[in-house]
Amino acid sequence: MSKKLLLEHIDVEGIRTYDVYRKQGGYQAVEKALKGMSSDDVVEEVKKSGLRGRGGAGFPTGMKWSFLAKPDGVPRHLLCNADESEPGTFKDRYLMEKIPHLLIEGMILSSYALGANQSYIYIRGEYMFVMRIVEQAIAEAYANGWLGKNIMGSGFDLDLAITPGAGAYICGEETALIESLEGKRGNPRMKPPFPAVKGLWQRPTVVNNVETIAAVVPIIQHGGDAYAAIGIGRSTGTKLISASGNINKPGVYEIELGLPVEEFIYSEEYCGGIKNGKRLKALIPGGSSVPVLPHYLICKTAAGEPRLMSYESLADGGFATGSMLGSGGFIVYDEDQCIVRNTWNFSRFYHHESCGQCSPCREGTGWMEKVLHRIEEGHGTMEDIDLLWDIQRKIEGNTICPLGDAAAWPVAAAIRHFREEFEWHINEPKLSQERNYGLVTEKTFDAQPA
Amino acid sequence: MTAVMNESRQFTPELLEEVNRIVSLFPEGKQKSALIRVLHLAQAHFGHLDTEAMDYVARLLHLNPIEVYEVATFYSMYDTKPVGKVKLEVCRTGPCMIEGAERIIAHIEKRLGIKDGETTADGLFTLKSVECLGACGYAPMLQAGESFHEHLTEEKVDALIEEYRANPVANYMGLK
Repeated sequence: MSKKLLLEHIDVEGIRTYDVYRKQGGYQAVEKALKGMSSDDVVEEVKKSGLRGRGGAGFPTGMKWSFLAKPDGVPRHLLCNADESEPGTFKDRYLMEKIPHLLIEGMILSSYALGANQSYIYIRGEYMFVMRIVEQAIAEAYANGWLGKNIMGSGFDLDLAITPGAGAYICGEETALIESLEGKRGNPRMKPPFPAVKGLWQRPTVVNNVETIAAVVPIIQHGGDAYAAIGIGRSTGTKLISASGNINKPGVYEIELGLPVEEFIYSEEYCGGIKNGKRLKALIPGGSSVPVLPHYLICKTAAGEPRLMSYESLADGGFATGSMLGSGGFIVYDEDQCIVRNTWNFSRFYHHESCGQCSPCREGTGWMEKVLHRIEEGHGTMEDIDLLWDIQRKIEGNTICPLGDAAAWPVAAAIRHFREEFEWHINEPKLSQERNYGLVTEKTFDAQPA
Repeated sequence: MTAVMNESRQFTPELLEEVNRIVSLFPEGKQKSALIRVLHLAQAHFGHLDTEAMDYVARLLHLNPIEVYEVATFYSMYDTKPVGKVKLEVCRTGPCMIEGAERIIAHIEKRLGIKDGETTADGLFTLKSVECLGACGYAPMLQAGESFHEHLTEEKVDALIEEYRANPVANYMGLK
């Protein structure tokens, strides 16, 4: 069994309630911090822990916190990003639903570290039933003196509230989230100014993912060094992985970073192997936005090294032969799945979710959806593959927010690794309607482009 | 302002109290931050967000009507046109697709005699395919009101439809 830091007590009956959570050692980290640590001490522990943003970007949390502007007399805010909407990702929901006090405890610690006295959790509107659970937990925390004025006689005040969105993937982008929290459309802002300087209501703001904030609890409890000792290299600590697709045991797993991908897919402790004894065809390791990997690049890298569940190993080989850890939305495809159809499905998603501000994304995502649908339906031409490549290239990097990149990367990776499957759809339109292409042929990689 | 609205076109005292509670979560003068949640309440109460409902919310929160319109038309959970009493929202994205979302959608279409996006003639059900709802490990799934129904099969869908026919839930969330 690997180390569990977030989900250690997840199976304890009633852990959702304050009393049980407290009995299992809950809120001890807050006691420790408010009684014996300055806010800078808390930031320092998080820096030492090497914790990186768990929402997808993987940016060092301590560094992000240190960018926060602290002008005199201006309130600062901590916002928790619970807008979990990346296809393949359902870990934050699991955490909030099962053990909401862990998030609240993390919010108190992080708000204390940042000197924020009014913090918000922004949750996607579709998770209304989860919002009710968290709202109940917040009320319990107030009733027991962990929120409100002068917490534990420390002089630190904190008000915490949860507020919903109303259906928009884009609000997971931090400036769109801020706009939405201000009661507006979720249109991402131009940066700079960054939220650390001008965020919510033009005040200095930090936005962190649910899992990132929850991880601050064990970091304060055990110390940053102890946390950094878990994991591998710059991928410290544990990570929640949402496993879905053609596997025997879909669900949310906490892994120690550095676990071999092969073990995660095939061991009984985790995914339990491919369903129905089928062969593994492809993997999207970090949510729909990250590049898909073909079967021969999943368990080992192009250099023949074992592929590990870490930021570095999953990205090994760059986009040529690697992918990203992303949000940990781990989608497994067996040999019966069609890459063209799946890519079209994701393109439809991005087209639906584009906020419409930037032309390359607003128009390009729609074009990609149409062209992919045409190929999938057996009406494509060979030029369409080049057209797709051209469109995705012109979206990437040319938009205000990363949704454009997120829409472009899956298309690029599908063509890069599964081009022959696209060609087969075009050359064998009838056949491609009747059956699936199967596994892609293994390629060799002599030269490694960066 | 326009003529006095009839009683059914206003919030109940309990709802108005809830609006005040939501507004109080934000600093003085930042009541616009309550808009998204109050629109959820309005949709639950009025059935959908027509101009009258949006104007009412604008007055409640001291906003210009346009500020409400632009939000109500941006987010996918809001209905600006009438919908059925029970909205069956089936996830169609990636992991749900490979686990059979299309089969589930087709089954509901056949069962209710409507297409994706349509409402049954009796005004009871609306079918809508939606993007990822964060239940990828429990696919296929649909959302009705505040409830997630996961690991769907045709049989489960049939039972659900009968259940909702006998006891329709408010199509929308936000009401306690």
